[in-house]
Amino acid sequence: MSQLIMRNINKRFDKMEVLKNVTFSVKAGEVHALLGVNGAGKSTLMKILAGDYEKDGGTIEMDGKEIAIGSPSDAKRHGIGIVVQEVDTALFPTLSIAENLVIDDYTSGFKLSRLSWRSIRKQAEAILTEMNILLDVNKQVADCSLSEKQMILIARAIAGNVRYLILDEPTAPLSENETETLFRLIKKLREKGVGIIYISHRMPEIKRISDRFTVLRDGKLITTEEIKNTTTGQIIRQMLGKSLQNVKRQPKPISPNTLLEVKKLHVPDTGKEITLKVHEGEIVGIAGLVGAGKSETAKALFGAGSAKGSWIINGKDRKIVSPYDALKHGLSLVPEERRKEGIVTGHSVAHNLSLPSLKSFTKFGWLQLKKEKVFSKDKIKQLGIVAPSEESLLKNLSGGNQQKVAIGKWISQDRNVFLFDEPTKGIDVNAKREIFQLIDLLAGQGKGIVYFTSEIEELLLIADRILVMYDGEITSSFTGAEATRENIMQAATGGKLSETNS
Amino acid sequence: MKQTVEVKGQYSPGANFVIKEKLVHFLFRYGTLLVIALLILFFSVTNERFLTYSNFTDILRSISIVTLVALGVTFTLIVGGFDLSVGSTVSLATIGSAAALVWYRQELLIALLIPLLLGLVVGLINSFIVVKIKIPDLLATLAVMYIVNGIQLTYTKGFSIYNNMPMADGGTAPGVFIPSFLFIGQGKLFSIPFPAILMIFFVIIVHLFLSYTKAGRLLYVTGANREAARLSGVPVERYRMYAYVLSGLFASIAGIVLASRIGTGQISAGAPLLMDGVAAALIGYSVLGQGKPNPFGTFIGAVLIGILLNGLTMMNVPYYAQDIVKGTILVAALAFTFYQKKAADFKI
Repeated sequence: MSQLIMRNINKRFDKMEVLKNVTFSVKAGEVHALLGVNGAGKSTLMKILAGDYEKDGGTIEMDGKEIAIGSPSDAKRHGIGIVVQEVDTALFPTLSIAENLVIDDYTSGFKLSRLSWRSIRKQAEAILTEMNILLDVNKQVADCSLSEKQMILIARAIAGNVRYLILDEPTAPLSENETETLFRLIKKLREKGVGIIYISHRMPEIKRISDRFTVLRDGKLITTEEIKNTTTGQIIRQMLGKSLQNVKRQPKPISPNTLLEVKKLHVPDTGKEITLKVHEGEIVGIAGLVGAGKSETAKALFGAGSAKGSWIINGKDRKIVSPYDALKHGLSLVPEERRKEGIVTGHSVAHNLSLPSLKSFTKFGWLQLKKEKVFSKDKIKQLGIVAPSEESLLKNLSGGNQQKVAIGKWISQDRNVFLFDEPTKGIDVNAKREIFQLIDLLAGQGKGIVYFTSEIEELLLIADRILVMYDGEITSSFTGAEATRENIMQAATGGKLSETNS
Repeated sequence: MKQTVEVKGQYSPGANFVIKEKLVHFLFRYGTLLVIALLILFFSVTNERFLTYSNFTDILRSISIVTLVALGVTFTLIVGGFDLSVGSTVSLATIGSAAALVWYRQELLIALLIPLLLGLVVGLINSFIVVKIKIPDLLATLAVMYIVNGIQLTYTKGFSIYNNMPMADGGTAPGVFIPSFLFIGQGKLFSIPFPAILMIFFVIIVHLFLSYTKAGRLLYVTGANREAARLSGVPVERYRMYAYVLSGLFASIAGIVLASRIGTGQISAGAPLLMDGVAAALIGYSVLGQGKPNPFGTFIGAVLIGILLNGLTMMNVPYYAQDIVKGTILVAALAFTFYQKKAADFKI
């Protein structure tokens, strides 16, 4: 039987070994799930297969013969296709579906022959009919929904005689119905003998559609097994590995006073509703994998996502329709995309620190620059920001120091609730520790903290209560001894809790 | 061994390299001022009439209108936008005050209020289209440029407005450009042209406003990173609106000065001011290495263009060839700014 084997693949970036002797294989006509937590090496492995990265060591074999893949076109020639997560990057939005489907014919080689619109349409229709996809080929891709775009990409790959197809988190942006359509298509491809590599975080889906699975952890191959012989719990344990240290947070008494409460807040970007309560001095962790809708929810809570619902802050009903309102009522947000959303890199540390509270540095509309200077000097000292002076531009600071500014600008008496979205992204271990201390300190002062992250370890370290988000909704809650990596991961991958011990 | 040598070469640059770095840095900060100094030197040597007090005031008077337009453009550049409609707003304001004076015999106050009101309305329309309807600024203000230009032409039926002009009913126009209005563009205070005083006054006011008020700070922050500003609680839409309104207002002030200076309501008189105003504001980026739109730089940009045109005219370079020089200077000034910094930092 035809088989694609990646044998003993090695890859390093600078000094970081991201893949260590990984062997991975996929057979024709099987759906093979590739699993692992963030940073396990899944994407790197697949990028090597698709010709985006060059491997440092190892071989790739197809049907027993070694093949060389040095570029995406090499991969295509050998019949390896990939449907990336960001479908828009692979399509031409102003062209029709038909043109997008046959684009490979345009690009492969030099052709003098006249392009016939009728033949393009016919060819495209034939491709779609064969796959049972009902789409009008004359429609512009820009008008297509996400799932339709995905279908187009898959169809295009198949039309290019793909024998092995990589699907990277294909269901993350899809609705339930759309997911069903995709699964039907995957089944059909499987029957046609296409080997499918399926990357996903959603355990129920994996159990449903895949035949085998491979788990990577820290760049190493952990196991390759038949899916029907294992339980979700076993898979998750293999993904997480042995818990290195069990640093459990000391449980602390939580004040009964509720600082922030939202009831059935409708988040338009995820299409789901959120209900949440934060008490005085409480650190609520919200765990969720990439694509679970954490950032969307955090922004919605802050009034930045045109969400509809009711906010109860300090016992009073508040209407929040913009970040400006949120600020007025004592909410703060430290967004995930620091450089794009959290700070103004072209401005000084002082400007950034005073920005949300600029009003208090203003007299009759005029800025009190001296007061601002003293304030920022104090803040810099208090937060341990390493910067030549308060006038240094933020773009010249390190990521950790930038993050301290992004957090520090919110710290003041009249701020009650802090929303943190992946606050440790891209900063070093030391800065991470300092940020944890800062968050702890804030909680100690009676502020309410909501901490969104995909790093479960961090939540175990810092959160008093851990909520898990899956597909835009909070699906479960853990405190105390229940809060283990396994339990949280299980919930975050969509597994049912009752399954844990089966 | 070989490797270490390479690394060394990379990290300890030779003396030549240091000098080059310093030169680039010097040009980045003082390049524009240096160009102005060199131009003054060159024109002084080639023409004895250049370095005289009367020529100096001539230059100031001639750049005053451009500077006022450019100050407005500076506001829109600061919030990361652009306003192409300033030229036709100048024309509209010119026609507005001329019509008030000549056709309707109004006094000074009305002749000033009407153009200011017109500028305000154009600014509001621009901000509505750009901020609320979300049409990209270049396209939106381009469309408004056409509309406003059409309005001033339609209103005057394509004829300029001047003293004692014949009217449709067979008589002559009832009003004239009154002396108090003409003073704005033609008068002198302490032997300094009044428009030059007006210009300096507004440059200082705008500088103070942008550097020392909350609104000024928030305008800059909005332009530097709109999403971060919004997530810091800045009402960014409101500040973007302010910028377009201020742009319209400054264009209408320029229109008043223009009408007063030439003493007629010349149709489409503001059109050539658009490009000069934009050029001055963009040259302003490079002054003192600011790297961002700023009123003092804008003024220096206008000075540079003014000196250049004055000197070239004195040298009998035909006006149609002057654009070539103007464009070249613009490229040079922008090169000072963009060469050292990443282009991504400047979103025009």
